[in-house]
Amino acid sequence: MAEKMELRDVEVWDGNMAAAQALRQAQIDVVAAYPITPSTPIVENYANFLANGYIDGEFVMVESEHAAMSGCIGASAAGGRVSTATSSQGFALMVETLYQASGMRLPIVLNVVNRALASPLNVNGDHSDMYLGRDSGWIQICAFNAQDAYDLALCAFRIGEDHGIRLPVMVHQDGFMTSHTAMGVRTLTDDVAYNFVGEFKPFNAMLDFEKPVSYGVQTEEDWHFEHKARQHNDLMTKVHPKIKEVFADFKKLTGRTFNLVEGYHMEDAEVAVVAIGTAVKTAQVAVEKLRAEGVKAGVVGIRVLRPFPFNEIKAMIKNLKAVAAMDRSSPNGTVGALYNELAGVIVQMDKAPVMNNYVYGLGGRDITIAHFMAIFEDLKANAKAGKVQQPLQQFINVRGPKLSFLSQE
Amino acid sequence: MLEIRWHSRAGQGAVTGAKGLADVVSTTGKYVQAFAFYGSAKRGAAMTAYNRVDDSEILNFEKFMKPDYVLVIDPALVYSSDITKDEKLDTTFIITTPMSTQELIKSQPKLEGRRVFTVDCIAIAQETIGKPIPNTPMLGAFMKISGMYDIEFFKEKITKVLGKLPQKIIDANMIAIQRAYDEVK
Repeated sequence: MAEKMELRDVEVWDGNMAAAQALRQAQIDVVAAYPITPSTPIVENYANFLANGYIDGEFVMVESEHAAMSGCIGASAAGGRVSTATSSQGFALMVETLYQASGMRLPIVLNVVNRALASPLNVNGDHSDMYLGRDSGWIQICAFNAQDAYDLALCAFRIGEDHGIRLPVMVHQDGFMTSHTAMGVRTLTDDVAYNFVGEFKPFNAMLDFEKPVSYGVQTEEDWHFEHKARQHNDLMTKVHPKIKEVFADFKKLTGRTFNLVEGYHMEDAEVAVVAIGTAVKTAQVAVEKLRAEGVKAGVVGIRVLRPFPFNEIKAMIKNLKAVAAMDRSSPNGTVGALYNELAGVIVQMDKAPVMNNYVYGLGGRDITIAHFMAIFEDLKANAKAGKVQQPLQQFINVRGPKLSFLSQE
Repeated sequence: MLEIRWHSRAGQGAVTGAKGLADVVSTTGKYVQAFAFYGSAKRGAAMTAYNRVDDSEILNFEKFMKPDYVLVIDPALVYSSDITKDEKLDTTFIITTPMSTQELIKSQPKLEGRRVFTVDCIAIAQETIGKPIPNTPMLGAFMKISGMYDIEFFKEKITKVLGKLPQKIIDANMIAIQRAYDEVK
């Protein structure tokens, strides 16, 4: 039996420790890992817990991230609770196996501490790796601080492992600004956390020799499309209700509320930014200042990136006059991915807000309250004119002359 | 909101100091944040760490800070790092140095007119802990200048934070904290 750990009601943890503690409390059977900055401490802390008797399970050290996810796939198919962590280049190397995991319907939980992709090499935070996983068939849930990273990792097991879902889940947190920023995290006791996550119930376990099954089979033109269609169908129809149910249970247990999309002052907002990660929090400080000046400003935080909460966002932004899509990844030749996602929503609205796009924070570059105040100045002008008054896409806080694209003149 | 910036060299314990302070403050029911800029810094490279303290949830995740306090735990950084960057009119500087405050300001004129206090945390750490780790003594000096907590209360709380260290090391740290508290000027 694993030993219990005594936790204070509030522990000062960074996002990495928060995620590692959630993994410990979920009592994972197998972690196969190849550590990479800035997610290294998640598996490092986990290995420490295991070595000190706080976990009954296996820690498998492998030779690459491709092997790490492959090991997770094998262990998950065998019939165990499985998790790991990665970032950036490691995530990129995992990509091939990510599609395997979701296609085989294996409920692995992957903690992704988001970091820039080389080249140039950079260890700091942005969302390039998160965006790389968009079409991989995984559920993607986004933490905005260390508390979220803890809470959502616990929720992730409940969501992915449900026999009606059986899909892998990524829990994203910002490299360094969440992963290495300590804050007071409200904890659950080991028993309460484990009871919430629940005991792992295998489904078609390969180690169940009474009932032999095959994983990773080949299907050609005859069946491939049906398998992909079924996976997409489940993502589109079953996952959101399950996430809502788990979030509701979590709220009952802790009082902490999560939604598919988080809105701050969105009830009567006329201008708003849409963002992911720590920027959602910083934007709220700007919104508080603007509200004090009488500006009806709001923030939309994308909590669940996949499946994309299309209708929930549509409802939340229906009264906006102007909105900005904040992308923390270089689109390298088009508008930002979040802009594109939101454009899909807006084109279906009767009274659509005007929308523009900002690229910010690449490779750990700061986004400040002052930057958000300037963005809201643009949005106020756009709302007043009823059309975008700047080039559609602007880069924020980058050296040299102001960089912008897609002038609408 | 109270904001603190630490100037340190990687390996001198600024991150541990910032997290230790956050840990103590958190036990009093306040909201805390502690972070640092790493890059691929090697041991000895100049680095900065940060604390935020507030009565409500801290939503501000910008790296930009106009600090209320600047804590410098390596003497040479006064000359090689921009320790007055983004200062406010009333920013308080607590600086580790073997010099007196007057001598220090003479050697670094940009500190002229600032609220500057000095204490030799390196010497104190050497003489008490036996290693030039100036982070815990700096916290003692900070308690004196900021008046944040009673020093006995702070020592009691930080003892728990240091929990897993051998008793001898904890005791030495307590002496170091008290000495810096008494000696900062």
